[in-house]
Amino acid sequence: MHFPILTSLVALPVAGAILLLLVNGDEKKSAPLARNIALVVSLLVFAETLLLWSQFNVASGEFQFVERHAWIPAFGIEYFVGVDGISLLLLVLTGFLTPLALLGSWESVQKKTKAFCIVVLLLESAMMGVFISLDLFLFYVFWDAMLVPMYFLVGIWGYERRIYAAIKFMLYTMAGSVLMLVAILGLAYAHYSAHGVYSFDVLKLYQLELTPHQQLWSFLAFALAFAIKVPLFPFHTWLPDAHVEAPTAGSVILAGVMLKMGTYGLVRFAFPLFPQAAMFFAPALAILAVIGIIYGALVAMVQPDMKKLVAYSSVSHLGFVVLGIAAMNTQGVSGAVYQMLSHGISTGGLFLIVGMLSDRRHTRLISEFGGLKKGMPHLVAAFLIVTLASIGLPGLNGFVGEFLILLGAFRWDPRLAAFAATGVILSATYMLWMFQRVNYGPVTNEKNANLPDLKPREWAVIVPIIAVSILMGVLPNLFLRPIEPAVERMLTHFHQGAPTRIQADVSPQPPAPSLRNAGSTR
Amino acid sequence: MPPGVSLSDFYYILPELVLTGGALLVLIADVLLPKERRAALAWVTLLALGATAAALVPFANTHVEVAHGLLAVDRFSLFFKILFLLAAAITVLMSIRYLETEGAASPGEYYFLILCATLGMMIMAGGIDLITIMIGLETMAVSFYILAGYIKPNQRSNEAAVKYFLLGAFSLGILLYGMSLMYGLSGTTNLRVMASAFVGQEKDPRLMLAVILVVAGVGFKIAAVPFHMWAPDVYEGAPTPVTAFLSVGSKAASFAMLIRIFVEGMPSMSADWRLLFYVLSILTMTAGNIAAVTQSNVKRMLAYSSIAHAGYLLMGIVAGTARGITATLIYLMIYSFMQLGAFAVITLLRRKDVVGDELKDFSGLAFRNPFAAFAMLLFMLSLGGIPPTAGFMGKFWLFSAAIDAHYYGLAVIGVLNSAISLYYYVRIVVFMYLKKETSGSDPVITPALALVLGVTVMATLVLGVYPQLLFRVADVSARTLGVAGITAAIR
Repeated sequence: MHFPILTSLVALPVAGAILLLLVNGDEKKSAPLARNIALVVSLLVFAETLLLWSQFNVASGEFQFVERHAWIPAFGIEYFVGVDGISLLLLVLTGFLTPLALLGSWESVQKKTKAFCIVVLLLESAMMGVFISLDLFLFYVFWDAMLVPMYFLVGIWGYERRIYAAIKFMLYTMAGSVLMLVAILGLAYAHYSAHGVYSFDVLKLYQLELTPHQQLWSFLAFALAFAIKVPLFPFHTWLPDAHVEAPTAGSVILAGVMLKMGTYGLVRFAFPLFPQAAMFFAPALAILAVIGIIYGALVAMVQPDMKKLVAYSSVSHLGFVVLGIAAMNTQGVSGAVYQMLSHGISTGGLFLIVGMLSDRRHTRLISEFGGLKKGMPHLVAAFLIVTLASIGLPGLNGFVGEFLILLGAFRWDPRLAAFAATGVILSATYMLWMFQRVNYGPVTNEKNANLPDLKPREWAVIVPIIAVSILMGVLPNLFLRPIEPAVERMLTHFHQGAPTRIQADVSPQPPAPSLRNAGSTR
Repeated sequence: MPPGVSLSDFYYILPELVLTGGALLVLIADVLLPKERRAALAWVTLLALGATAAALVPFANTHVEVAHGLLAVDRFSLFFKILFLLAAAITVLMSIRYLETEGAASPGEYYFLILCATLGMMIMAGGIDLITIMIGLETMAVSFYILAGYIKPNQRSNEAAVKYFLLGAFSLGILLYGMSLMYGLSGTTNLRVMASAFVGQEKDPRLMLAVILVVAGVGFKIAAVPFHMWAPDVYEGAPTPVTAFLSVGSKAASFAMLIRIFVEGMPSMSADWRLLFYVLSILTMTAGNIAAVTQSNVKRMLAYSSIAHAGYLLMGIVAGTARGITATLIYLMIYSFMQLGAFAVITLLRRKDVVGDELKDFSGLAFRNPFAAFAMLLFMLSLGGIPPTAGFMGKFWLFSAAIDAHYYGLAVIGVLNSAISLYYYVRIVVFMYLKKETSGSDPVITPALALVLGVTVMATLVLGVYPQLLFRVADVSARTLGVAGITAAIR
């Protein structure tokens, strides 16, 4: 038996959290030790994800490193984990961002540091769990369990309106995911009707023949849960609150990893499990995504608060990801996965930089800043690179994903691509405008005159971000190579399940009459 | 010896006899012991409960009817008896310091009544005859009427007792009326004989009236909406350990009675009673959760939460399948642990200078007593159904039972309710972890309370990750009822 590396990705942060419980002493004494332990553990996890990547057979689209154990046999529930190219890179992203998030909050978190470290590690463990689960029950357990540490992260270490934001975040996400639970149970039951045993195994459920009626409702339930998480317009209202109130580490993890769980869920579960329904709803999803791209960009433009601006830019950027997925062709989906990673890096970077500025000035209002370039050339240079990456400048990470997505969308329906492309222009507008107001011009506020430039810790945070950003822009194939076989495999399966591609310009056939009485309880 | 009763019948009710003996022993010891040594009575009570549990061992695989069908000794009753004994033991452990703080004069009576209530519950779970069930129900109910008003100088406690007594008596009348119709229409009080007598009479309006009346009577006991009015006041006013025992033991016993009467006694009428419970289930969980959202008193909030939980539990009954009954049993066991645990934390907060049952009393608990706060956090997450806690597993089973029986709408309403409920459970967490500490002495954990919290926390965690054993036990217990037969009828 080989070493259960995937399980260890979940277990290691938990072990670290337990180790942290043993750290005693008052805040002054325990805090540095706790921070260092958490950092070392998260770096170990990152090293493990890199090891995983190096051992991964990138030519294969199959699930690798599979572990399978019976858990609740009476219900066919298994501990079943594995990775393909899509989840592999998301694991690496999680492993990469967690230590940076810890470093980013190194000084700004000054109370209950030990608890903070525990919560971040538990969150990392749950996120890893979400990406490796191939059993729907297991997936749901991690998916929901993740809410608790995130809730505390926002609720305890957040800014002024943190309690409101934390509760809103929790209830919003919960409301979406409980319906998914019903759909999961419905699937297990459908498997029972067809084969005489319950199963939550995704690979088996992929093969399940569902009636159009079952597909429709199950897809809606799954898509709602994921759309809230993404967040897709109009389910995005929790996001600005959660982001603005969250501490830097919370924002980085939230934007960097957790939003991807929504789009990952669409790629892994909602689309391949219910291909016909997905086909039927893909145009609607795409239109919502395009609305989100433009709406998010327009709202971002008028934000006075940098953090809120970045938060709305996430709504816009994640719209691209959903558009790419909805296109359901190789370019679109590969681009979407690439954009997930890329958005994690650049938005993570933006939140880290905004965090550095707000650590210095204790405000995030754009109007409070101006002319930072003179005092902090290094920080502003880093800020510029991350900003350009976020806009999608060729040569940096953001370009590749957006380009592929637009290509995929164009092949599907040029109109969608045309509208979405305006989002690229708008993002340049709001990002550069913000950058200009913060960094250029004369120093209008005296407090900005003598701010310290990057400290060694901050160098350690920002250099990896920039390095990966350039790497992803220059060598996209390094990342696309594991993604593509997995995407191909998914698409082949998908188009087998839904042989008739419904074009956006052809109005889809109304679903079978059985849909109409679907509302009854029996 | 009366005709038809033999010595072996007494053998089969050995656990009940032991418990009765124990109860009497406590009562006598209360008189004989000098005042300052009466605290030891708690341990005598625990001993009696332990001895009863030991007396259950020989009947682990028994499946007999005692005294010509007055009582059944089977796995189903065994499951509930274990639940009652556990709940009673935890309640006793919780009560020790609480009674001292309240300055209750004679704990002997209190413990005696706890044991009597347990005895009543055990008879209810075993009863397969309307007469036996009624005797068990009354033994339990009368004990609770007194227990609810046990803190005599406290007005709220008195009010609780009077309300509970009046509404209890009223609901009993309705239940008895329904039962008398059942008897009149079948000519027997034995549920299993009755079941066959009712076959073919499904359309008889008198029988339907009986079903409606019994559903209403049982509805009172499990605090289902719209028969729940008594519950919030009684839960709030009664001494906290009594509230805990009432919300767990009495509810579980009433569910046992419900399953016996409807599943064993009226399987042919299942279309009717399942429809009624379907409506009750939706009303109960929705109204319970919505009312709980606005409460500021934690005991009252947990009362509404307990009402809502009756709604979830009814989902298993509505499903009517073996899986449904199993899910109800599983959830009752899990619910007992988390509910008792939550009340144990409230008991912990009761100090000389603090009543400890308001939301604000939980402020900053995480900093004054991290373990108690963590335990409460766990119970709240579990009640709200967040994995990896036992509450999630239990709800998962209930929802799956509903879907298994094609009640998708019910399952959807159930999950939405559990999302709503999260709001008020999390509110306690907000106070414990996110708010500043309040004045008053620090809450101290006594060894007895530590034991209670330890057991309930472990159960909530372990059953959340490894529910397999509980599932198997509950499954076997449910199947002794012969529910499989009904399942076939429904499908």
